[in-house]
Amino acid sequence: MKALAELKKSLGIALWFMALTFPVMVIRVNTIERVVEWRWRNMAFIGIGSFLLSFAWRLLLARKERGRGKTDTGDGTIPAVRRRLLAAPGIRQPALAALALSAAAFPFLFSSYQTNIMTTALMYVMLGLGLNIVVGLAGLLDLGYVAFYAVGAYSYALLNHHFGLGFWAALPVGALLSVLFALALGFPILRLRGDYLAIVTLGFCEITRLVLENWNEFSFGPSGIANISRPGLFGLRLTLHEATIYFYFIVLGLCLATLFVVRRLQHSRVGRAWVALREDEIACEAMGIDKARAKLTAYTLGAAWAGMVGVLFAAKTTFINPASFTFLESAMILSIVVLGGMGSIMGIVVGAFLLILTPEYLRAFSSYRMLLFGTVMVLMMVFRPQGIVANVRQVYRYRKQPESEGCAGG
Amino acid sequence: MGDVLAVDRLTMDFGGLRALCTVDLRVGQGEIVALIGPNGAGKTTLFNCITGIYAPAEGAIVITRPGGAPRRINGFKVSRVTELGMARTFQNIRLFPTMTVLENVMIGRHCRAHAGIRGAIIRDRATRREEEETVARSYAILCRFGLAGQADEPARSLPYGAQRRLEIARALATEPFLLLLDEPAAGMNPRETDELEELILRIRTEEGISILLIEHDMRIVMSISDRIVVLDHGEKIAEGTAAEIRENPIVVKAYLGEDFHAPA
Repeated sequence: MKALAELKKSLGIALWFMALTFPVMVIRVNTIERVVEWRWRNMAFIGIGSFLLSFAWRLLLARKERGRGKTDTGDGTIPAVRRRLLAAPGIRQPALAALALSAAAFPFLFSSYQTNIMTTALMYVMLGLGLNIVVGLAGLLDLGYVAFYAVGAYSYALLNHHFGLGFWAALPVGALLSVLFALALGFPILRLRGDYLAIVTLGFCEITRLVLENWNEFSFGPSGIANISRPGLFGLRLTLHEATIYFYFIVLGLCLATLFVVRRLQHSRVGRAWVALREDEIACEAMGIDKARAKLTAYTLGAAWAGMVGVLFAAKTTFINPASFTFLESAMILSIVVLGGMGSIMGIVVGAFLLILTPEYLRAFSSYRMLLFGTVMVLMMVFRPQGIVANVRQVYRYRKQPESEGCAGG
Repeated sequence: MGDVLAVDRLTMDFGGLRALCTVDLRVGQGEIVALIGPNGAGKTTLFNCITGIYAPAEGAIVITRPGGAPRRINGFKVSRVTELGMARTFQNIRLFPTMTVLENVMIGRHCRAHAGIRGAIIRDRATRREEEETVARSYAILCRFGLAGQADEPARSLPYGAQRRLEIARALATEPFLLLLDEPAAGMNPRETDELEELILRIRTEEGISILLIEHDMRIVMSISDRIVVLDHGEKIAEGTAAEIRENPIVVKAYLGEDFHAPA
């Protein structure tokens, strides 16, 4: 009965689409022979295609609804995760070892080109994790994250150009300058909430890019800065291939450090305060959390990572110009966070690899890239809004059963 | 007997609307004071002024920690007020829905801990000890509130009555000397209300915490309050013990209704 109704609905949609596309897809006026061609076959394709798509769509939606009903009655998500964690110790160690080994061996097994791509992916993992602090944990929708990325990149490029500052010195300086920049922006804008914050950060991002583009004396305008030095290794002269490998390991190391730090932050007093802030701002304040301070720390810490990756970016490409820091880049990083799973470290790693590596390996479909990207986003938001790997924060268990006597009754 | 809270001639305006007009209110140490009045009388507004969400137009709010010096808290940040020892619950429950029950209480302990970003990353001994203490204390509070069994469940999965209790537990975690409860019995069935009543009395006797509550359930108001303050149209129209309020013709007219017969 229900299936029949669904079939009917899909049929209706198919007919509607056939009627809608009729003028474009069926009728064609052949101006040379002065006849009207009727391409009925196209209509059939559209009918069948839209019927199948709509049916699949309805089927998936229905399945999702049923799935949701299940998780609502029990705490369906948690035991699943718990089981995963419990199952972990046996699998986890070997899996981690294998992962570490393959990560270490990667640049020696594959070409420089592949290593470069992997380095980029790792940099996006770091950017994603940085933005995750701001968006995923503290719930501040920041559309101008790339501004801090630009600050980091330009601080290395300019300091290197004018003063010959080396990569290792520039790394903390870039992060620090981004933090200062974030502090300057943060004080006025963190009073804003939700949509307003998003728009204002977007505005700041555009301002940053426009300043870099137009202030020729300072940033050399659209032509950018070239010949930025690569990171040195105790004064050794490296070939391009060796430099690529060396850089890969720098990024890998920093990426691991980021993972470590973000994980610790997430499971700390500060991290909890951020999550509380995201969940309910008013209650969070009423519980004694200084709202402004919590927001500012999240915002500036996120910026610190963007600044650091900015320095890496400048060192990797040895050339930067404002075109690398458009809003699209912000959107890309945000997509990594949303697609991967807000607040979920594992999700963001997966998201970054997916979004950066798939376009590289599917060059054949490059003309459809944005179309596919959009479709994937829509599908994800409809069917799996929590992201690829849902946040596992809820399970961090530190229950030590203290003073448990006398409360077993619950 | 010292007052832990003294509100003096408090006035609050929203644009042209005078929400509160020269309201005086006192809560003594270990006292349970109920704030009643018809909808829109300004009860929650008064709460919001006291806790720092609104900045009052005129008047003074002074709190005194038992054994401490009085402190005027007008214009203090909400978080600062909580830090000074006043915690509240909300009329419409405001838990952190996706955080676990235990974490909700741990958030309450935030202002009694100090670990910063450095501590979070390095996780030195002091931070670890503090974290353990936070967990232990939060868990102990959950035990007392009969919520320990659900400690690891997300707060939103709790039944309604338990969510209300969790809100009180979270407020207590901030170690207040004055607890403000905004309609704690709203939406509860009679059995849950009885449990709540017992809980409030226990909080007062066991920890000496003073309580100011807004409540529409007259049964609970009449039975637990030491004193009742009645607001109407932003003005205090009466104050007194349960018996006095019950007999007060102005209150009966404004709020209780002519045919109000208080349960014994």
